[in-house]
Order: sequence, then C-alpha cells, then structure tokens
Amino acid sequence: MTARIAVLALLGALVLMPYLWMVAASLKPVSEIFRASLSLWPEHFAAAENYGKVLARVPVLHYLWNGVVVCGGILVFQLLFAVPAGYALAKLRFPGRGLAFGAVMLGLLVPPHVPALPLYVAASGLGLLDSYTALIAPFTISVFAIFLFRQFFGALPDDLLHAARLDGMGEWSIVWRVVLPNAWPAATAFAIFSVVSHWNDLFWPLIVVQGHAHATPALGVLYFRSEEAGDDFGAMMAAAVLMTLPLVLAFLLAQRRFVEGIATTGLKG
Amino acid sequence: MAGITITGIGKRFGATVVLRDVSLTVEPGEFVALVGPSGCGKTTLMRIIAGIETADSGDITIGGRAVTRLPPAERDVAMVFQSYALYPHLTVRENIAVPLAMRRLSAVQRLPVLGGLLPGARARRRAIASEVERAAAPLGLAPLLDRRPMELSGGQRQRVALARAIVRRPAAFLMDEPLSNLDAALRVQTRREIVEIHRAAGVATLYVTHDQAEALTMADKVAVMMDGALLQISSPEAIYADPASLQVATFIGSPRINMLAATADAEGRVDVAGLPVGLRAQAHSALTLALRPEALRLAQEGLPVIAEHLEFLGDGLLLHARHAPDGAAVIARLEPEAREKVQPGAALRLGFAPERALLFGADGKRVAARADARLVTA
Repeated sequence: MTARIAVLALLGALVLMPYLWMVAASLKPVSEIFRASLSLWPEHFAAAENYGKVLARVPVLHYLWNGVVVCGGILVFQLLFAVPAGYALAKLRFPGRGLAFGAVMLGLLVPPHVPALPLYVAASGLGLLDSYTALIAPFTISVFAIFLFRQFFGALPDDLLHAARLDGMGEWSIVWRVVLPNAWPAATAFAIFSVVSHWNDLFWPLIVVQGHAHATPALGVLYFRSEEAGDDFGAMMAAAVLMTLPLVLAFLLAQRRFVEGIATTGLKG
Repeated sequence: MAGITITGIGKRFGATVVLRDVSLTVEPGEFVALVGPSGCGKTTLMRIIAGIETADSGDITIGGRAVTRLPPAERDVAMVFQSYALYPHLTVRENIAVPLAMRRLSAVQRLPVLGGLLPGARARRRAIASEVERAAAPLGLAPLLDRRPMELSGGQRQRVALARAIVRRPAAFLMDEPLSNLDAALRVQTRREIVEIHRAAGVATLYVTHDQAEALTMADKVAVMMDGALLQISSPEAIYADPASLQVATFIGSPRINMLAATADAEGRVDVAGLPVGLRAQAHSALTLALRPEALRLAQEGLPVIAEHLEFLGDGLLLHARHAPDGAAVIARLEPEAREKVQPGAALRLGFAPERALLFGADGKRVAARADARLVTA
C-alpha cells in the first residue's frame, strides 16, 4: 500500500514538475532562471514585473474571452449534433444506420490535419477567415463525440425509452430529457476533453486567425513570445500561466465529475 | 366505454412466428391475466398493444378507438414494465408527474424556470402536483416523493411504477410481469394491492405473467398462451377445472396434473391399464386421463400405485407415487392423517370420482366423457 502510494506520488511529481517549474519561473527575474544551480523557490520575486509586462503588452483578458467563446461555441454545437446522432445510432432503427455508423468510424480514422487545407480554402472562399465562425465551424461535428455517445447510450435500457414514449415524449424530448441526463458522466468527460484540446489548440487558430482580435489563448502566448518577450523567459512563463489558469481552475472545480466520467466511460486521454 | 379488443394479431421475427392470429377482448373494468411459459409471445403481444412493437397483421381497439396505427402516446394506455423503467435522474414526484406534464403543458411551459412564469402554467403545475400526491398517497409513497429511484427498495420502485401508470387515468392498463422482481412475501402483498388498484380505477387491465398462481388469484379471466397462440380464455375456475386441452391442463395447477394413458373400447368404456374407471367416451385407442392431485384419495379400489415419497405441507400431504402398470408418475394430495397409512414402497390404491377425471384425445384436445353407472371406488 505504502509502496503503491510512493510510486504514484513519484509519477505524480514527475507529471507536475514542468508545470511547477513554469509557475516558479514566472515568479523569477531572468538572471535567476539562467543560473546553473537548480532552485524552485525564487530568491528575488519578479512576479509583479513579469505578470505586469504580460498584462500591459498583450490583451490577455481578450485572449481568454476568445478562448471561452471558441471552446464554448464548439462544445455547444458538438453536443447539439452528437447527442441526437449518438442516440439515433444506438437506439433507433432506420435504413442506412449501419452505413452511417461506418462513416462515423471512418471519420475517426482521419487526423484533423488532413482536411485543414480544404477547410481553409472553403473558409477563405466564404470570406470567413479571421472570425469566430472560422474557429468554431470546422469542429462542430465531432465523430469522436458521436461514437462516444453511441456507445454510452447503447447501455441505457430500452424499456426506459419505451416508458418515455408511452408517457407522451417524442424522440426529441427523449434525447434531451431522458437520455442526456442519464449520460452525464459521458457528457462531462467529453466536455473536458473537448475544451482542453480546443483551448490548447494552436494549429487551426494559427491558420485562420490574423492579429489579436480573434486570437485564442494558445495563439496569444505565441504572439507574446514573438512580438514582445524575445528571451524574457520570466514574462513568457507568466503568459503561459495566465493562459492555462482557467483550465486548471475548471479542472479543480469539476475534479470529481471528471474522474467519475473517465471511470465510467473507460476513456483515457 | 373503455376496453381492449385485439383481432387477428400476427407477428414474426424473421422466420420465427411469434404470434399466430391472436384475438382477445378485455371488457371495461375487467382484469385479464395473460399467462404462458417464457417465450410464448405474451410480452410481444403486450408491446404490440402498447405500440412499442408493430404487428404484421391484425387490429387493435382501445377504448373504442382504432389505435393500430397510432404511436404509443396516443393510445391512452399506461404500462408497468417488468424492470419498472423509472427515470433514474428524476425524483419519485417528478417520475409520477411526467405523463401529466407531457400531456398538459406545452413545450415552453415545461421549461424549468421560465415555464413557470407563463400565464396558465402555474395553475396547471399546481393541478399536476396535487394529482401526483393523490396518486401516491394510497400506495404509501407520500414520504418518498423527494427520493430518487436509486434510493428505493424493489417494492417501493414497483409502487412508483404503478403510481405513474394510474396518475393519468388511462383507458387501459398493461402490466408486464410487474411482480417478478419482488421477493415472495412482497409478491403476495403487492398482488392484492394491484387488484385493489384495479378495482378502484375500474380500468380494463391486461396483466402478463408466467406464474399461473398469480393469474388464477388475481384475474377475472385467464388467457393461456403457448407458442404464440391463445389456447383458452375462461374464468380462473373454468381454466382450472375444465381445461380445453392437455397443454392448458398441464400448465395450470401446481403440482402438475396427473396424466395416465387410457383407452376407450368399442362400447366407449374407458379403462386405464385394463382397469375400468367408470367413464364412457367415444371409442378411442389413445386417450389421456388427467386427474388433479386433490381429486385422488386413498381407497380400497382404484389405481394401483407404489408410494415413493411424502411431502408434508402442514395442511396436507403430497404423495409422490408411481402407477404400478406403466410406471407413470402420480401425485396425490392427501389429508395429513394419511401419513401413518402410507410408507414409501407400499402398494396403495388411489380412487377418484369419475366426474373429476378429464379425458384428452391423442391430439391433446378435450374428449367428452360421462360418468358410467358403476364407480371405481367404494
């Protein structure tokens, strides 16, 4: 038991180390970061200086707001499409169901970078570059979410749905009033994976966004590095801390649900 | 007037015929038990009536309306599922309110907060709440209204399912083995409660079960189904005492009815292994004589049997024996005092009144018989 805890603690420390290092570095002056000796705790606090620099030079709050809009928008549409689709694939009988599910499986095999070019061309042709739409629209249909929900909904007893139909619910009501509330663990787990991956995504924002107006947090860190920081690592780490802070806070708040979701869906990141 | 009428229902799954030309009527206020062994199609028939499953042929009328092509919600039936099928995320109160809310509130009025502010919604919600409480109280659910199904015992869940069915006052109740997940003591108690609910509601009820004792004790009328066909529809008394076929006779009654090979000679005298039994029927070479265990008693004359085993039931004895000429198993229900007279291995004679014997032909159909002047027993 103690041995197991020791191993887990060691692995945990290993995973946590880079993040702690980032937080520590964001509090130090540059001279201390490049010192040969290793020390986590700063001798002189340069937090005000580092964070002040970031907040003064780039619109951090604006980036964070963009991140909220983009991730929130993506998640809402993903759920809006994937929950009914997953329900239909799991519980309804209709011609072409096998084919549709096959298409979903095929979609899972395509890496997101492959359709990037055609999507860029389409966005450009529609004049949508550098907009929230360009950031959100390509991700609104998640085959992964459809697959996940389909598997999870399959475990719901059919009698529950029959009872709902006898009680007067239509299919639409069943999806949102019976199926989704009973699939909270799956929905929470998916929500966290979706938000984390899109919050941290650099690839697609880098392609469609120019300038600060629609830049997401990850892009903001990049802008700050290239435009302002140079080799000012303290300030850069401060920027990184600020951009990841919302995710860390969200995780801490939703920790129990997150773990529950992973435990019940067998989903691992 | 409300009732259920189904005519000529047929259903097949692929090559398997599940239901063959099933017709049944449940009169208004009547309690009909549909009984049969597992896999005989009774649950499928119930699902077809509810509209969850579609029939390949036939028509369904509920409360005087043709509903064959209507979706479940518009058929005005309530169903109690074997698994109860309660909404796990809703409290007992909300579970019972669902059928009312879905019918009486518009989609906008059902919205959590905003819906309550709309004109008319609040009054309707209040009416629903009081109806929920009125349905829950007689079932003893009042103290449980704010719990979730997970926190309830099996018997309590069962009551919630019943309350959800009665709250909307449907034209017909359908119950699919509602007692099979309860323990024996609770089953007997709930059996009575369901009958009382039925009596109070006065609604046509079709009750599916594989337990013939449940069917006999609860129903006004019992319909026996086997292999997708209805074999007999009669009162519990008639099903038991006057079965139309050997299949029905063997399925109903516990312990099982005794069966002995018999023949009727040219003059119609029926005998079992050479022993005349005091019955006359039309000449048949292969007959089956069936006798309920309680129709047999120890006697000086009668069927020769070898006693094998005795079971003491408190108010009686079950004698397991073998018919001496052909070794067929025979079970007799005897008075408790018979214990001293019966030892395992003893040769005994079992007599019976001829009018209690049932005769079946080689095809399993009932054969008319009348008592001969001479009785076999003293």
